[in-house]
Amino acid sequence: MEFTIFGIGILTWLVFLPIVGMLIILLLPGENKTAIRWTAAGVTGLQLLLAVVVLALFDRTALGINDAGSFQFVEQFEWIIVEAVPWVGKIEIMYFLGIDGLSVLMILLTALISVIGVISSWSIEQKVKGYFALYLLLVTGMMGVFVALDFFLFFIFWEVMLLPMYFLIGIWGGPRREYAAIKFFIYTFFGGVLMLLVMLALYFSVAYTNGAGEQVHTFNLLHMMNSANFVEGSILYGLNTTWRYVAWVALFISFAIKVPLFPFHTWLPDAHVEAPTPISVILAGVLLKLGTYGMLRIMYPILPDGTVYFMYLMAFLGMISIIYGALCAMAQEDFKKLIAYSSISHMGIVMLGMASLTNQGTVGAVLQMFNHGTITAMLFLIVGVLYDRTHKRGVYDFGGIANQMPKYTGIAMVAMFAALGLPGLSGFVSELFSFLGAFDSFRWLTIISVTGIILTAAYILWTVQRVFLGELGDEHKGMADLTGRELLMFVPLLIIVIFLGVYPGPAIELMNASLSHLVDFVNGGIR
Amino acid sequence: MAEHIIESIFRFLPEIALTVTLVAAVVADLILKERNRNVAWVVLAGLVVTALLVLRQAGWNESIFSDMIAVDPFAVFFKMLLVIAGLFIVLFSVKSRELEQNITRIGEYYMLITGVIFGMFLMVGATNLLLMYLAFELTSISSYVLAGFTKSLRKSAEASMKYIIYGAVSSGFLIYGISMLVGITGAIDIYGVRDALQAGVEQQSALYVAVIMIIVGFSYKITAVPFHFWAPDVYEGAPVTITTFLATASKVAGFAMMIRFFRISFMESGALSVPGLDGFIAIVPWNIILAIFAALTMLAANLMALWQENIKRLLAYSSIAHAGFILMGLALLTDEGISAMMIYLAIYLFMNMGAFFVVLLVTNKLDSELISAYEGLGHRSPFLSVAMTIFLVALAGFPPTAGFIAKVYIFGATVSAGWIWLVAVAGLATIISLFYYIRVVRNMFLVDPEESSEPVILDYGSTAILVLLLIPVLLLGVYFTPIVTWAKDAVTMFGM
Repeated sequence: MEFTIFGIGILTWLVFLPIVGMLIILLLPGENKTAIRWTAAGVTGLQLLLAVVVLALFDRTALGINDAGSFQFVEQFEWIIVEAVPWVGKIEIMYFLGIDGLSVLMILLTALISVIGVISSWSIEQKVKGYFALYLLLVTGMMGVFVALDFFLFFIFWEVMLLPMYFLIGIWGGPRREYAAIKFFIYTFFGGVLMLLVMLALYFSVAYTNGAGEQVHTFNLLHMMNSANFVEGSILYGLNTTWRYVAWVALFISFAIKVPLFPFHTWLPDAHVEAPTPISVILAGVLLKLGTYGMLRIMYPILPDGTVYFMYLMAFLGMISIIYGALCAMAQEDFKKLIAYSSISHMGIVMLGMASLTNQGTVGAVLQMFNHGTITAMLFLIVGVLYDRTHKRGVYDFGGIANQMPKYTGIAMVAMFAALGLPGLSGFVSELFSFLGAFDSFRWLTIISVTGIILTAAYILWTVQRVFLGELGDEHKGMADLTGRELLMFVPLLIIVIFLGVYPGPAIELMNASLSHLVDFVNGGIR
Repeated sequence: MAEHIIESIFRFLPEIALTVTLVAAVVADLILKERNRNVAWVVLAGLVVTALLVLRQAGWNESIFSDMIAVDPFAVFFKMLLVIAGLFIVLFSVKSRELEQNITRIGEYYMLITGVIFGMFLMVGATNLLLMYLAFELTSISSYVLAGFTKSLRKSAEASMKYIIYGAVSSGFLIYGISMLVGITGAIDIYGVRDALQAGVEQQSALYVAVIMIIVGFSYKITAVPFHFWAPDVYEGAPVTITTFLATASKVAGFAMMIRFFRISFMESGALSVPGLDGFIAIVPWNIILAIFAALTMLAANLMALWQENIKRLLAYSSIAHAGFILMGLALLTDEGISAMMIYLAIYLFMNMGAFFVVLLVTNKLDSELISAYEGLGHRSPFLSVAMTIFLVALAGFPPTAGFIAKVYIFGATVSAGWIWLVAVAGLATIISLFYYIRVVRNMFLVDPEESSEPVILDYGSTAILVLLLIPVLLLGVYFTPIVTWAKDAVTMFGM
């Protein structure tokens, strides 16, 4: 599948359109806030349109993962080529983009959340120019990670996200923004360094023979997935060796920090509480998925032996995250922090599902990634709406909102119940699949994990009761219901949540072929 | 013989051009008198000519003056870097307000700079042990004077004094080591030393002591821990331009000489460990010592940088830390490591000069070298702050800047040689370094400026220089084929 616009591939457009937008914004005068906002909205809107085109043209039967031929919308160019010298072989870094069933939904999610984030950012009044410039740079980084098929490229996009995020939290955040920003930065940078080391070790271990018969070292992920390409005697050669396990653990930590998985999660509540609403939305909606996506894209197929060896560890950490996140959420009095902890809990389900190495579990996990992205984005927007009006977000500060803001409450209920896993809404399907798959592989861990659902129900219902039901405080009597702009950001998410709850088939079909191939590949010959 | 000398002279043109520039600077200083700041343009022109002459040497692989000096791709690579550094330093000096206060002596300042560059040219090319030492001294002695150029300032005088004392000690170690080496091997140039070692020498323990002495001598120059103590004080006290010069060009030349010496004399000879000797010494090959120095340097310097309040001291420790990263490459004893060092040094030159230039501009405008002076700078001068941020994140090793490529290559070579513990230390050091680089960025952007603060306006000249430094830092981050190819070719053709 190919699709080009002006001779440039659609994926390149998807990735670099925000950069174009950023440059335009940098040229606009800082006082012209309206033009800056509309530029950002236009660029991300266009990006969403392209993402929909990709989705429409996507071939569901293609496998992807490690099969170079069946990737779609592939763009592959030589980027850095260093010819061989006597003591080191040819070096090759590719500009290599492409998507398969694993990434297609993530692209849609990124584009969608980016637009919604821009709409939600309309209320940002300070230093608008800098804000949107950094915002668009962040979007490029996120989109790039989901389409890159060269480890080097992947890493560059991965790290490009860091600095904008640091500034977005650090400049436009709440009272403790500096602390939160630097904590986020250090954690992810630590993960980045670990990933860099593994990347280099892989690079020196992998060499394929090209058409001219030369041995070529490469960062190409697909070549790394082929165990025949590992050079004999190199550090990561073989199966089930100590160094491969070490590499697996390093890679796992670097991704787990992003997920975030217990015990690497402590940056997340701080970052969420201090970040402005749109950035929280991006963080929960897209950034957390990068961790689990990275595991599925890189760690699973390149180090399958480690994945199988450590699957119980992954499941165990997933279980802890589910229970621990839910318990913490229950104890929170800050609405935003509550949702941050619920994110940890829900990402734990993703982890548990994909650790199972079953088809069902992995499909459930990836679907849960998408659903969590939409649902949690809604939840953060819900908090944002209240905060915009009252500058408060304690769960005990409110009560009886239901009568005052009926539209708002209706939408909030859908989001809350979707997070709780109510049948008929999208969260249910993906959680069910994840647990089903996990139950096949680890019975007791899954049984304990499922109790997390009860805890989730408890904190969500309790929150609903505290915020929406009961007596309306006098100071809240004048609160207006949702404005048109606010409705605009909720409605698309609402439609997706309900649609996928009733009819998840299309989404599952999109990824099923790729994911079952991935599971077979990881299990094949090892388990 | 006469033919050889004449031919050698033609291969020595860049150095001759520098000498002519030096003389021209003296004459210009005498003629221009009151307007002697214009000596800068004379030196600048001389350096441009030198750069062109160096470019002409691309691809040469000769040994001139009876094996005294090599004109090989390795030397040309470093000469090019040094002359670029020299050009920028002269431009910086023109913009420096600090030097204005000593305007009457500015002529000799430029003259000395030319002299130092000449010394460094010899350092990167020298293959004869005596010439190596001479070149080493030539750069050092001129640098002592330059460090104390603003002598009316107590700090500057103190810096110069410290530099002289430490420098003398390091020269002492170096010459002592060299003389022992000459005694043991009976050879006066590095090829002779190599041949003698390959044939085998008897006084193994003396050889071992000699190597350690030489390592120590070099370690002062490249500021490796634990021989770095002079650096922060000297860097803080010297004028910013000279600090930049010492932290970039001087270090590059020191590394180049060190690489050539160890690569030619020791790497192929197999005299790495000490066979036939019992006990502790026998099992500690000298490259382990280098690796330990590198690890110590990275950790200690990065940790000490965390507590600094003065931006020049901070960058001083940062540059010590970078020396640690670079030194890793030599400890590996592979050509891959050496080419990674060359790539690192080239990129380090640009990003460090950029950071120091911003410091110079801020000192000009705000009269302060404290990190707290950078608070709110993001609002007062967005371009300057963004440029500084780019230089700092490049130093921290973030993609898509060139600093990342430097780290990738040096880490890669270390991984490839199987030194996992060393690369783990380097990774840790990188994470630590983030804290202090980001502190400056935080001050610039996350702290709101005081109400009374006015915008900081840059003149066109300074903006142009900043852009000239930004281009390589950003471009080499996304397209680094040329520099990698150049470095690899240079190492491949080494000393043939």
